[in-house]
Amino acid sequence: MTTTPTEADGPTGAGTDDVPAPAAPGTGNRAWRVVTYVCGRLLTAAVSLFAVIVAGFFLFRILPGDPVRAMTEGREVTAEQREELRRQFGLDQPLWRQFLDYAEGLLRFDLGISFQYREPVVDLILERLGPTILLAGTGTVIAALLGLFLGARAGWRPGGRGDRTNTAVALFFWSVPTFWLGLLLIVLLASGRGFMPGLFPTGGMVDPGLSGPLERALSTAQHMVLPVTTMVAVIYAQYLMIMRSSLMDEKGADYLTTARAKGLRDALVRRRHAVPNALLPTVTLIFLNLGQVVSGVILVETVFSWPGLGQLFYSGLQVPDLGLVQGLFVVFAASVILMNLLADLVYPLLDPRVRP
Amino acid sequence: MAQHHPPTGTLLRRAAASTGALLLIGGLSAVPAAADETDGTDGTTLTVAIAQQVDSFNPFTAQLAVTTNILRHVYDRLVTVDPDTNEPAASLAESWDTSDDGLTWTFHLRDDATFSDGEQLTADDVAWTFTTIMENDAAAIASGNYVSAFEEVTAEDDRTVVIELDEPQATMTALNVPIVPRHVWEPILEAEGEDFSDYVGDDLPTVGSGPFVLTEHSRGEHIRLEANPDHWRGAPGFDELYFRYYSEKDAAVEALRSGEVSFVYELTDAQATSLETVDDIAVNIADGKRFQAFTINPGAETQDGEEFGDGHPALQDLTVRQAIVKAIDNEEIVQQGANGQAVAAGGYLPPRYADFHWAPEGDEAILDFDPEAANAMLDEAGYDRGDDGVRVSPDGDRLELRMHVHADRPDNVQAGLVIAERLADVGIEIDNRTVDPGILSDALYDAEYDLIFTGWTVNPDPDYVFSIHTCDALPTEPGTMQGDAYFCDEEYDELYQEQLGEYDREARAEIIHRLQEVLYREAVVNVLTYPNIMEAYRTDHVESLQLEPTEGGNIWGQDGYWAWWSATPADGSSDVNGGLSTGVAIGIGVVVLVLVAGGAFLFFRNRSTVEDRE
Repeated sequence: MTTTPTEADGPTGAGTDDVPAPAAPGTGNRAWRVVTYVCGRLLTAAVSLFAVIVAGFFLFRILPGDPVRAMTEGREVTAEQREELRRQFGLDQPLWRQFLDYAEGLLRFDLGISFQYREPVVDLILERLGPTILLAGTGTVIAALLGLFLGARAGWRPGGRGDRTNTAVALFFWSVPTFWLGLLLIVLLASGRGFMPGLFPTGGMVDPGLSGPLERALSTAQHMVLPVTTMVAVIYAQYLMIMRSSLMDEKGADYLTTARAKGLRDALVRRRHAVPNALLPTVTLIFLNLGQVVSGVILVETVFSWPGLGQLFYSGLQVPDLGLVQGLFVVFAASVILMNLLADLVYPLLDPRVRP
Repeated sequence: MAQHHPPTGTLLRRAAASTGALLLIGGLSAVPAAADETDGTDGTTLTVAIAQQVDSFNPFTAQLAVTTNILRHVYDRLVTVDPDTNEPAASLAESWDTSDDGLTWTFHLRDDATFSDGEQLTADDVAWTFTTIMENDAAAIASGNYVSAFEEVTAEDDRTVVIELDEPQATMTALNVPIVPRHVWEPILEAEGEDFSDYVGDDLPTVGSGPFVLTEHSRGEHIRLEANPDHWRGAPGFDELYFRYYSEKDAAVEALRSGEVSFVYELTDAQATSLETVDDIAVNIADGKRFQAFTINPGAETQDGEEFGDGHPALQDLTVRQAIVKAIDNEEIVQQGANGQAVAAGGYLPPRYADFHWAPEGDEAILDFDPEAANAMLDEAGYDRGDDGVRVSPDGDRLELRMHVHADRPDNVQAGLVIAERLADVGIEIDNRTVDPGILSDALYDAEYDLIFTGWTVNPDPDYVFSIHTCDALPTEPGTMQGDAYFCDEEYDELYQEQLGEYDREARAEIIHRLQEVLYREAVVNVLTYPNIMEAYRTDHVESLQLEPTEGGNIWGQDGYWAWWSATPADGSSDVNGGLSTGVAIGIGVVVLVLVAGGAFLFFRNRSTVEDRE
């Protein structure tokens, strides 16, 4: 395919291009334009991914500090023991050699070995992926639904009491530090201080020693309550604000007057006519956040000791476990890129106005 | 086209309902969990909150403190530490003797030690363990330092191990090497070959000779140890030990309050203080094992005498170094930096090691806090104050010194501020660089520092912390230093060799005192404080446990396995869990209430909107 970035970029800016392309009648073939568009998106994604891999590799290597020294800090080791570790991690090789080995491994979906855990990074990531998707996925879905629901109401009557209260509460939580909120919830609802009973666990994903699948599932649900609450509280504001402003834009639209003129009740006008149109801008946001679901909510996972990718990343950074953090970096970045790509591809399906 | 979306309101409503359902499940699920905990008839459990991840359960390669601590309960050593006296005590070896030249050590093993698979532990296992560490680089990662002077290790008979040395080694009764079963590890070593260092010992349960057996590891969640009832020392008091992950110490402290864990360690002063008044929680404040120090760059050199780095030239002058130390009040650092939770330092080793500890007294105490004397010393040596009050060396170098401080240690940060202020009093300006450990470590190894913070945890045998200041510990080339201070002194090296060959404890202690005196006098390694160890446990879970040492000792990080082996369950340990079910009932009530209130609110809001509009 002979698409160039310039050609590929063309249709993107075509959001306002509601007049069917008059300039190039020769290439006006619709299927061709779709193929160009899709390929352009794929190419952009590939270039981003490559940049991320290169940046990730060198970024973590210019970090000050030496992983072997850090790992052996405070331990009674000899210089020979340190050398042996360096050899095992491949850190005795020149940088370009390390990069080639790493790049070659990537082609085989091999992200290298974690220094700290001495296991393939891929295995470590797969092990933690489930808990992260469970926590961050649940949190994102609830936050999106809650935010959109409240945002639609707030935007329908901007300046009203409901709007002011909802916006204020949402922005309050948005500006609260995640860490602090998490600890506060633990202190209030988990630690059993004073007369407050300890309703929920202080951390972890499942109580140890439970064997039955049902027991484990229930225990996990119980462990999820506080982290999910924290996460939702902190992020739902962005959905609320986008939905609110998007709905305010739609409010004056003619088709709403028409709908009212048909005698529809106010709630119906909002629900059936205004909200579906206002939802469009939130799609991008949702996709962006879905990409971040994989990277987890590092702070939430850390406060609640949730055994997910975020906590893995946090523990890797402390060493620094180069193999692990660069592997995670690639995976995090790849998931955001992938979700952006999906958003680019799905958006035209939802909104005919931006179709190539 | 766009009009044919599903009715969004319904969607949102459905979502709200499922959110509620999730919360409800969350509340309800507490019921079976709590029930499970209360019927704890299947044994007694002690739960410890840990933070550090497990690197490996392969005893040949495991490095990190959490893993070596846990493995200490799984594999016995030849010799342990007596908690009453801090001196070496019998473990797998009942007794030991040395040849007259000090180069042959004979260990006599006890005959009732068995591995958890029922096999007898013999001298062959011991000899094989040491020989493997000596011969295989990949197996030397964890314990290679202990065998560097070993010539040969042989099993004379089932119960006698003979170790031949190249040179005398006083640390022979402090070999912190886990003895592993040959019949289990030899096949693993052969099968793994080159990749042995990547073998993480995840075949559970482990086969060991210690008082506990490692049976479960769920990474990032928990580690489970079961008591070995047949251990020769007697069965441990608890049936199982759980180590649960808390990535945040504050959360772990809350877990201790709620009773989810029984023990938390490495507390900050604030955390310890907040726990002191809580019922059923005992805070243990133990004498520090660690010394907190700063070192002065005396002019970094490699072993061949090649100078490198960019330390301030004036620091090569002993007078300046001594004046710096005299200008600093360790007692003030204890109060300001550690809120009093430390002991002001004299010598190098903390006082908990009573016979090795040395503190300057009388005429020896030449570096006690005395800013006037420090000023006089500098005046006399020709370091005159410039117009801005900062001194200038006779060579014309302004005494502006960089100070690298560990940003991740709050007590260091505080101490750094105090030091900067005190040095200003004597005309030395400090460029305070409070930085990440990585930056600090780079500055140290590249010798691009003037003053830099350091600290070590000292083992009952202090050989290692002295070895890092011998001339042999200087780097062979820049960046490869074994030690941490570029210190090199002939008298010191002679004393160091002497103590290594001195097997009489009292005589060795005497030499170790003189080593500390040299370090003190040279003012390169300057110890500020010995921070206290702060930890806490639930007295309604744990009836009693053995501290190490018995007086003022700690629980976590013992050199033996005394604490968890000796810990006995308290009678009332089920009370905490029993209380949870009331809590659960209230919890469900609250959740239901919130849902009902929320639903009602939405319902009325909906209606009012309609009416308002029409």
